[in-house]
This record gives sequence, C-alpha cells and structure tokens, in this order.
Amino acid sequence: MTAHIVAGIACSHVPAIGVAMDRGQTGTTYWEPLFKGYQPAREWLAKLAPDVAIVVYNDHANAFSLEIIPTFLIGVAEQFPIADEGFGPRPVPAVQGHSRLAWHLAQSLILDEFDMTIANEMPVDHGLTVPLSVTCGQPSAWPFKVVPLCVNVVQYPPPTGARCYKLGQAIRRAVEKFPEDLRVVIYGTGGMSHQLQGERAGLINRKFDTDFLDNLTKDPVALTKLSHTEYMREAGSEGVEMVMWHVMRGALDDDVAEVYRHYHVPASNTAVALMILENRSAS
Amino acid sequence: MTQTNDYDDIPGTYVYDAERGRLGYALNMFCMSLNKVENRKAFKDDEAAYLDRFKLSPEQRRTVLERDWLGMLRVGGNIYYTIKVAFCDGLTFQDVAGMMSGVPKETYAKMMLAGGRSVEGNRYKDAAQPTVENSVPTEEQK
Repeated sequence: MTAHIVAGIACSHVPAIGVAMDRGQTGTTYWEPLFKGYQPAREWLAKLAPDVAIVVYNDHANAFSLEIIPTFLIGVAEQFPIADEGFGPRPVPAVQGHSRLAWHLAQSLILDEFDMTIANEMPVDHGLTVPLSVTCGQPSAWPFKVVPLCVNVVQYPPPTGARCYKLGQAIRRAVEKFPEDLRVVIYGTGGMSHQLQGERAGLINRKFDTDFLDNLTKDPVALTKLSHTEYMREAGSEGVEMVMWHVMRGALDDDVAEVYRHYHVPASNTAVALMILENRSAS
Repeated sequence: MTQTNDYDDIPGTYVYDAERGRLGYALNMFCMSLNKVENRKAFKDDEAAYLDRFKLSPEQRRTVLERDWLGMLRVGGNIYYTIKVAFCDGLTFQDVAGMMSGVPKETYAKMMLAGGRSVEGNRYKDAAQPTVENSVPTEEQK
C-alpha cells in the first residue's frame, strides 16, 4: 500500500475570516452568508476523514521576512506553532506535522528537480490556519496531520502558474511512492480576486473568478498560462496568489469532479471561494 | 536607465518587485520587527527613538511617523509589512485600504458590500483613475 491523494480543496485565506471565528462573530449579518456556505464542506471533510493534508499557502511576513525568501518551501517538523502576526497569535490549536511524509516529499521533490527549501522550525500564519478553520471549524485539536508547503507570493515574481502545476504533479508522484496507506487531501489556498494596496484597493472581478473556478475543473492546463500581469490587472495585485491553486490542481487527476463550490463577496477586501474537487478515480 | 515592466500601466498599484525590494528592505524589516510584542510596545512608547534602530531614509521615516500609507508604498513598503504598523494602531486591512484609496471608511465599506471596485475602467492608467464612482459593477459584470 502507498499513500494517495483523494481530493483537492481550493480555499481563500482572508485573515478577517479567522478573526470573525476567533471572536464569535460568524452569526452577524455581515458574516453569516459566508459561513453558511462553509457548512456543507465541513460535513464533507468530516466524512472523508483524511489522514494528512498538504496545505499549499503563502506566509505573510510572519515565519519568513525579506531576509531570506524561499520560492517553494516544505515544513518537516512534528509540530508548527501559531505565529504572532502583529496582534497576538490566533487562539487555535498548534498544527501537528507529518514529519516522515514531509521528509519523503522533500527528498522526492528535490530529486524530481524541484529545489525545495526545507524548514525544521517555523510558525504558521493565517495563510494555513484560516483554511483549516474554514473547513474544520473550531476543534480542540486539528483532525489530521498537516504538511505545510509555502509558496512565495509576497516578493515579485512568484513562481509561474505552470511551474506550480508541475510541482503539484511531482507532489502526486512523491505521495504515491510513500509506503504507507495514507489518505491525503491537498489544499490550494489564497485568492480570489483582491487588491489590498494602492489607490485601486478593493478591486474585485467576479467574472474572472467564475471563469477561473470553471476552468480549474475543465481546462486547468490552459489556466496555468495566465501571466502574472494578467492576474494583477484582472484580479488585483494580490489576486496573483491564485497561482497556488495550480499546485493543488496539478496533484489531482486530469479528470476531476467538482463536488462543492461556494463564492462570496466580500470578506474584508476580498472575494472568497471554497471549492472541492474529487479525483474520479477515488470515487 | 529605468527598466519598464508590463505591469507598470496598472493604475493605483505598487508591485513589490526587484526595484522596490531593493529600496524598501530596511523599511519592511522595521515593520517585521513589530511581530514581537515587546517591539510593538517600544515603538508605541517612543516612535522616533525606535525608528533610530533601522536605517530608514528621511522620507521613509516621515511616511511611518505620519502614517502616510500610500507614501510608504512609494518608498518601497510592501503592504504585508506596512500593515503591521496599522495593526499597532488598532487598524484593520479594510481601514487602511480605504485610506489608500482616498475615501471615507464608510464609503469604502459600502463599495465592498456592493461587490467591490469594478475592474472596468481600472485596468490601465490611461483610463480613468480608480474612483468609487466608476467602481460600482454593472449587472453584466456581476
């Protein structure tokens, strides 16, 4: 038996969503419509009960500063503490790693020509913890182990969408060589359209987002050809973090089923999506 | 000679690229230091003295002391870093986004609730500058 990837989850990681949960505000008029749409995904994930989640996300000046900027990084620790992002750490459980799988992935990816940076110690920020909160609610311990995989999207340029997709394919090859029967889900986080900076802050592009979500299932390879400038112009300067979704998509079958989609505007400055893709081979 | 980039014509946008990375390093590392609770306290106790610890240009220093959020971006600030100064002041991302786009907090919040700033008219610098008025999405865009 080996490990295998059973599903992919695309999930925006807006910090305000975490704050709303931490402060018990999810039932307010502002937040209720967003959180209502999360419930079916939580039920789906609880039923799926994966052993491990690979969470593809970006750090936001918390674990890493500009001192050293890894383009792709994998966390191999047994545990990851919650970062203080400038207003105290989120009151959520520490994240348990899967050190053996993470080391296996690091070695396999590097030998497969993806030059990963390896982190033995790092705190994790909202980029990772908000998707866990969105999909798991507020448990006293997270229900599965996590392999954090960071992608730089803070210092231009991030890796291309095409490179991210190929990394996803390599992750899948590596997972399928791990000699243990583990059911793995992979999260691609960030997005959707949003711009946090400059006079153009607040940009949202529902049409772009809808097309992106549709094509993630139908024609993911064409989607990997979007340039960074197209993301920034059409989906806002911070919308470029959607490249991370291609890592998730590359790790799935060519043929996937979209089993759930939730899209909502706004959460703070951002268009939010949660989408679940299942490998048809797994069903 | 200044290198031009194909994203330079996106209006109201400060891409944190190589040039800004080179200019903004010290400014952003000051912001990074505010992740530590003891540094947040030291900064709030005496902002000018705290800034002496970092090699900021006079203009970078001014933008921080005056909370000139757009100014910080122009002198190499990266939004994920400069937001930490805002967190110190008890502000949110949405508060600062409103200030950068030059409208009252309520106007900005209303724009977001109405579907956000439209991309129409906001793709290129030679089109109209970003405003709230040209930012209400049409039915077709929704």
